[in-house]
Amino acid sequence: MSDIKATTAGAVNGADASSRYFVREHHPEQGTLLGFWIYLMSDCLIFACLFATYAVLGRNYAGGPSGAEIFDLPLVALNTGFLLFSSITYGFAMLSAQKKNLGKTQLWLAITGVLGACFLYLELYEFSHLIHEGFGPWRSGFLTAFFALVGTHGLHVTFGIVWLITLMFQLGKHGINGANYRRLTCLSMFWHFLDVVWIGVFTYVYLIGVLP
Amino acid sequence: MSDLHHAHGHGDGHHVDHDEHLHAHGSMKDYTIGFILSVILTAIPFWLVMTHQLAPGTTKYVILAFAAVQVVVHMIYFLHMNSQSEGGWNMMALLLTIILLVIVMTGSIWVMYHMNANMMPNMINDGSSVHGMHDMQ
Repeated sequence: MSDIKATTAGAVNGADASSRYFVREHHPEQGTLLGFWIYLMSDCLIFACLFATYAVLGRNYAGGPSGAEIFDLPLVALNTGFLLFSSITYGFAMLSAQKKNLGKTQLWLAITGVLGACFLYLELYEFSHLIHEGFGPWRSGFLTAFFALVGTHGLHVTFGIVWLITLMFQLGKHGINGANYRRLTCLSMFWHFLDVVWIGVFTYVYLIGVLP
Repeated sequence: MSDLHHAHGHGDGHHVDHDEHLHAHGSMKDYTIGFILSVILTAIPFWLVMTHQLAPGTTKYVILAFAAVQVVVHMIYFLHMNSQSEGGWNMMALLLTIILLVIVMTGSIWVMYHMNANMMPNMINDGSSVHGMHDMQ
């Protein structure tokens, strides 16, 4: 009798422990995604400040070049294409990860990284070209605001690529488990967020910049 | 091979909660719709500006509207935002950010625009402007 009681009590305890385990397992996961979202929102405010700076200084040429003279729109369109394509390839990586297909996830992540690197290469090419012409951030208020805004975005993309490569090593080592999927989701939010910021950059800085 | 085995091992009902979670975000349809809409919403502004279809003043507002729509498209189809995600707190954080963003942007543009409009002529033309500046401070 006492044996049975003990077993029942043990079973109940076991159930309690496992339900507590599930609760504990569930909440931090939500917490991470929400916390990361709040980080992205604070990052959004940094970009808001940089956009506001550009809005104020964007036409202060100080006798230097205007946007219409230095912006190469076909190059910007190509760059926008790279970033947009990298967004959907990251989406494909997430879909592959949901199906637990590690090989395909890694492949799509690699393609995303290469597209991100192409974007960075073109941006650095544009920067070095401008600086070579003598139109560096010191030349005018417009160029200071331009380099600060576009440079900050480029720095985010750089760190995104570093994160992406790190994650590919982690996936290679541990496969698609709960923790790695959570990391993939966070990087997904980060990557898509950078594309959202780029919409603002190409519209407000480049397209409106070349308008008289 | 060992990678496949590893991935499969996790799918064997041991981590049911993970399985549920893995299916929570997005679908092929979502990403495809989002991508096609984004391409259209990107191509049109570039086309408008590069081929000078409209007057510059009009173009400015039209492409800003296109950008706003594309941001919403990205939010819905790529970031999978809806009023239910993370118990509504995602949306709350987003709304707060939008409010702050609008204050920062419109506030800066409004104030600085009026600084340029109001102060420069006084500083250049008016001899009593020094007195006026002190009054302002």
